[in-house]
Amino acid sequence: MALLLFFILASLSAGGVVGMIVSRDRAHSVLFLVLAFAALGGVFGLLDAPFVAAVQVLVYAGAIMVLFVFVIMMVNRRNDRGPEKKKSVGVFAAVLAMGLFVELLLAVRGILPGMGNAGPVGGAETAGLGSLLFEKYLYPLEITSILIIAALTGAISLAGKRGPK
Amino acid sequence: MIPTAFFLVLSIVLFVLGVAAFFIKRDLITMFMAVEVMLNSANLAFLTFAKSSASLDGQVIVFFVVTVAAAEAAVGLAIILLVFKRKNSIQCDDLNVMKG
Repeated sequence: MALLLFFILASLSAGGVVGMIVSRDRAHSVLFLVLAFAALGGVFGLLDAPFVAAVQVLVYAGAIMVLFVFVIMMVNRRNDRGPEKKKSVGVFAAVLAMGLFVELLLAVRGILPGMGNAGPVGGAETAGLGSLLFEKYLYPLEITSILIIAALTGAISLAGKRGPK
Repeated sequence: MIPTAFFLVLSIVLFVLGVAAFFIKRDLITMFMAVEVMLNSANLAFLTFAKSSASLDGQVIVFFVVTVAAAEAAVGLAIILLVFKRKNSIQCDDLNVMKG
């Protein structure tokens, strides 16, 4: 049952990314990507990480993708469907991707058999996660909050600039 | 029960799809989305290893990756907007000022 769920979610997320690649319209691309990230949140849930799964759906499929949608609404124009791709670029990218795939599989080949099983049997691991986050990783957490503030002000000051028109 | 190796293979597949999308698509926003896909596949790999080594540290790293990705998305999209205001286009083929 869990295996079936995994295959459904995995094919949804991989299929979402493929749909993002093949669709010509940016708005469709971003919607496919929302699908892929939501399905990936489900995969995270299968890995005994319920809180990370919730964060994935809320922050990624929610917040970040909404940001993308807003920017697409600001820059999309009807006659701007993207130029004709050169065939050579697509072939080159496919060859490169296949090469990278084989290479990564070879790299992890040795550890694949001994990795054990995973299933949706999760307990209350979120409490442990919280104490880890606020004890062992307290300084990284605070530094991350500074990074967020810096990114926020930076984004506002960048996007608020007037163009040379 | 699901073999944990499946998750690692899924993460590899997603990463490769992200790389392919980055090279195939020609506009900045979609290329940026491809980067997000790659970040997500890295998250999946972190969670897989956290599961297989029965430690929670991998999940904490995923939080930091998500946070940094959010910051990166905000700044990157602001830069894309700025490029659009300046060039009136976000096709990366139009950004050829530095081409020799």
